[in-house]
Amino acid sequence: MGSPLLLRIASFETKQVRFTCDGRPIAARQGESLLAALLSAGDHLRRHEGNGEPRAGFCLMGACQDCWVWIGPDRRARACTTPVADGLQVSTIPPAPAGFA
Amino acid sequence: MTRIVIVGAGPAGIAAADALSAAPVEVTLIDEAARPGGQLYRSPAPGLKLDMSRLLGSSHGAYAAFHDKAAGLCRRLDYRPGTLVWSIHGGAVHLASASGAAALPYDALILATGATDRIMPAPGWTLPGVFTLGGAQALLKDQGVAIGRRVVFCGSSPLLYLAASQYLRMGVKVAAVIDSTPFAAKLRALPDMARAPATLAAGLRAMAELRLGGVPIHQGARIERFEGEERLAAVQCRAGAGQLVRIACDAAAYGHGLRPEAQLAELAGCELRYDPVQRLHLPVIDGDGRAGERLYIAGDGGHIGGGQAASLSGALAAAALLDDLGLPASDVDRAGSRRSLARLRGFPNGIAAAFRWPREQVVALADDTILCRCENIRVGEVRAALRQPMASPDANRIKAVSRCGMGRCQGRFCGPALAELVGAGHAGELDRLRAQAPIKPLPIALAGEAAP
Repeated sequence: MGSPLLLRIASFETKQVRFTCDGRPIAARQGESLLAALLSAGDHLRRHEGNGEPRAGFCLMGACQDCWVWIGPDRRARACTTPVADGLQVSTIPPAPAGFA
Repeated sequence: MTRIVIVGAGPAGIAAADALSAAPVEVTLIDEAARPGGQLYRSPAPGLKLDMSRLLGSSHGAYAAFHDKAAGLCRRLDYRPGTLVWSIHGGAVHLASASGAAALPYDALILATGATDRIMPAPGWTLPGVFTLGGAQALLKDQGVAIGRRVVFCGSSPLLYLAASQYLRMGVKVAAVIDSTPFAAKLRALPDMARAPATLAAGLRAMAELRLGGVPIHQGARIERFEGEERLAAVQCRAGAGQLVRIACDAAAYGHGLRPEAQLAELAGCELRYDPVQRLHLPVIDGDGRAGERLYIAGDGGHIGGGQAASLSGALAAAALLDDLGLPASDVDRAGSRRSLARLRGFPNGIAAAFRWPREQVVALADDTILCRCENIRVGEVRAALRQPMASPDANRIKAVSRCGMGRCQGRFCGPALAELVGAGHAGELDRLRAQAPIKPLPIALAGEAAP
């Protein structure tokens, strides 16, 4: 995941939330977006489906769709507008279709 | 009762809702964000201890007044946050939210959809660490995080100095401001800019703050490349005198002014017309925001003018709507608002000159530069498509052949540069990519519910 891309300058006074990204545990605070939490713990959100290059979002306001991540077996989410939640299983690459693992 | 739908809860949408609040109409206010504010007045997520008065400085008063008003209105109205309007047809807005899909018929519609950054693609602009200028501000206000530890602000936009000064004020290291418009061009535009003295003063204040903070400012410098392997490591620019300057950083906020989010306007039947000064297609509206049958457009989604203009145009659009429906007039000062709005929007030449869209750069881009970041389509692939024999090589044909603009952002971020590349071969108006529903990707699970 690399070292954090983002710099936190104000803290959340909310309860802790725990989820995983590519199996790695991540602690965040309620109210954080997936993008803020993931890029405070690493340096990218996904790998481009075409050439595998890392991407970390771009517009940060729901317009460019560059920050898509995958949640569980079949949900995708825009990380910049999706809040963190306990137990989310986030992946930076699309999950393999069932039966093709 | 007459049902009015307002799309967008930024300064324009909230001003419209406010002007309708005493009228005998039912108002539904729909917003894609979780909280009112749009981008300009975006507020911290609940529980975030962010000092907004320090971040916003002298504009905190306007921010606080907006949120006071918005909080009251959103309690009284049918306010639907977290809801995307993905299409408009058949006299209804089509909605998608966490609770599913729905269609909502309206008697009149006010679109206050705001704007996003206009971007000139450059080598390396897809690297992690490169973000839009508007996004750098949005993330700071909403989440209390900066886009990096050592940030370059680059491009050409009235937001450039403002965003950089906000970061500086919050204690983030600003490595440099790289402004692609020369200082001399700004001086020449000064008489025009002085027509909005408050905006001009805010810009000059931000610039002074940055100089006082020891931030290097390079004006008239062309962005050459965002450099890095797996993430951004430096921004390279060519200074006015021609020498290459390399600024080490871990993040860059990049933008060339704003472009209206006009997709819903187009789907609702509003005419878009090419504006040769801004080199963008803009919704055709009258001075009060009338845009078609039962259709009104307010704020930056119609004409880029900033928060104050957005608020005035929202109130004017609501007043025009009430007049057109033959309903009792609101207490909006129509004549005064029209005068102020005309003054605030009345110098597109000055803005275009002081914050130049570097359109010639697209012609100079190397073939291997990514133009469409969604589909990773490179400039050379678009050039190859342009060389194919076709009757009329307009932007939509080139999109079909090359897939540039066919990805998930639907051409929002490659569209302006694609139009310049296609237009470089001929004189006259630029093309634009047509809007398509859904205007943003929808989960396929909603398709069944959403089917008319």
